[in-house]
Amino acid sequence: MAAKPVPEPTPETQPFWDGCAAGELRIQRCDDCGRPYFYPRPVCPSCGSRAVSWFTASGRATLYSYVINHRPAPGWEDDVPYAIAVVQLEEGPRMMTSIAGLPATPEALELDMPLQVRFIPRGEVSLPVFGPVTAAPVQVAEAAS
Amino acid sequence: MSPAAGVIIAGAAETGQLGKLPGHSTLALHIEGALNAVADAGLTLRDIDGIATVSAPGPVQVAHALGITPSWIDGTGVGGTSFLLHVRHAAAAIRAGYARTVLITHGESGRSRVGAGGYRPGPSAPPGQFEAPYGTFGPTTTFTIPALRYMKDYGLTHEQLAYVAVAQRRWAAKNPRAAFRDPITVEDVLASRMVAYPFHLLECCLVTDGGGALVVTAADRAADFPKPAVHILGTGESSETPMISQMVDFTESQAFRLAGRAAFAEAGITTADVGHLMIYDAFAHVPIYGLEALGFVAKGEAGAFIADGNTEPGGPLPLNTNGGGLSYTHTGMYGMFAIQEGVRQLRGEAAAQAGEPAISVVLGNGGMFATSGVLVLGRQPR
Repeated sequence: MAAKPVPEPTPETQPFWDGCAAGELRIQRCDDCGRPYFYPRPVCPSCGSRAVSWFTASGRATLYSYVINHRPAPGWEDDVPYAIAVVQLEEGPRMMTSIAGLPATPEALELDMPLQVRFIPRGEVSLPVFGPVTAAPVQVAEAAS
Repeated sequence: MSPAAGVIIAGAAETGQLGKLPGHSTLALHIEGALNAVADAGLTLRDIDGIATVSAPGPVQVAHALGITPSWIDGTGVGGTSFLLHVRHAAAAIRAGYARTVLITHGESGRSRVGAGGYRPGPSAPPGQFEAPYGTFGPTTTFTIPALRYMKDYGLTHEQLAYVAVAQRRWAAKNPRAAFRDPITVEDVLASRMVAYPFHLLECCLVTDGGGALVVTAADRAADFPKPAVHILGTGESSETPMISQMVDFTESQAFRLAGRAAFAEAGITTADVGHLMIYDAFAHVPIYGLEALGFVAKGEAGAFIADGNTEPGGPLPLNTNGGGLSYTHTGMYGMFAIQEGVRQLRGEAAAQAGEPAISVVLGNGGMFATSGVLVLGRQPR
């Protein structure tokens, strides 16, 4: 079975992946217009400013949309069906993710339900995934994704 | 020529066969489409001085294979709508005097993958870092993601989504070249295999091999060709996002709306003037997004509009009359086939001819709501 793809950081995304390794969801915000954004890049997509900074997001999000995929990508043969989701972070930006700790069924995955980030090891990086809100930060194994 | 000078499609043709063609490479499909379109225009390859096609195999390869020495080259490769953008760019080039007769080619071994490129993004590209790690694998896992958001916000039902495939099959039933022609019901669609919830197999496009090409030139030559000229009345293009997760609003396509607005404004038309419509349909939700983005119906109404029969044979707004990507053919970059059907309807030579439309609008999608091109085509000049 093929291995699941491992993200390869670039200089401008390295701080994001460093944050994940430290158990933090670090994203960027514009110093001029104040808007947070994702994915990492060295310019504000709202106003074009190059004055941007990293900050640690709360890790809280809501489920914006998803599919339940029945035809596995290489490496996911043992995981079907699995959800491919897009969450909306509390700070506003959206990101694609996996759902951990919930069955991949329409009944279990209700749009707008609250979710919380957690991190799973994938090759040399930690990958942010989202699952039910819990009291403390959670570490989960790849198999639970 | 003046910036407003007329430009026409003088030749248009597809490959002789569509479907499963393991004996044809991607390049061979380009070549066959090109030769058919040049012949359809009553021209020879010596008459072609401009070339446009997507990045693989690329305009240099296609021109070289055909023995064309171009004075104008466009390699815009932004997914399945690229050929609509090529038409727009060719019109500008012809007006500017950069080229006189442009050949736009498509060929794709989408099913057999003979001489074809791959799909996966590199692990350091943004989609490789921020989408592929979550198990995306081509359009069925990405293009589909916005639909549940639309369904919750606007009340689109699973039955209405399924009906998009039913309506288009009714057109395909009239088209001998369509891959799927047997009538289907909503129940059939909902009983077909789940591919990526909420999408069943029959709500996903075909995967085929095939090609096609266009010859674009100045309207002052309109009487010189064997087939009726199809006038390019208005064009538009836009892009939104390289990753579906970063689409501004999952319930609407900004790129569709902006490209459509530009094309309608240039043509000086409204939706009431449109007699025939093609909307790129890689999946059943895309015509819904397209109808709303172009303003044919208000936001949230397109599902009911289609389910009420408005777009099927006998309805007031014939849509995807070749059967579309859902039933006719879909090589991966379907836009060329949407243009071809618009041309056939305006010439009056379509298999499922929808009356005598004076204006056909073609909306192309590239990637996963990533890019869009819109063409307003007419029987008569503006």
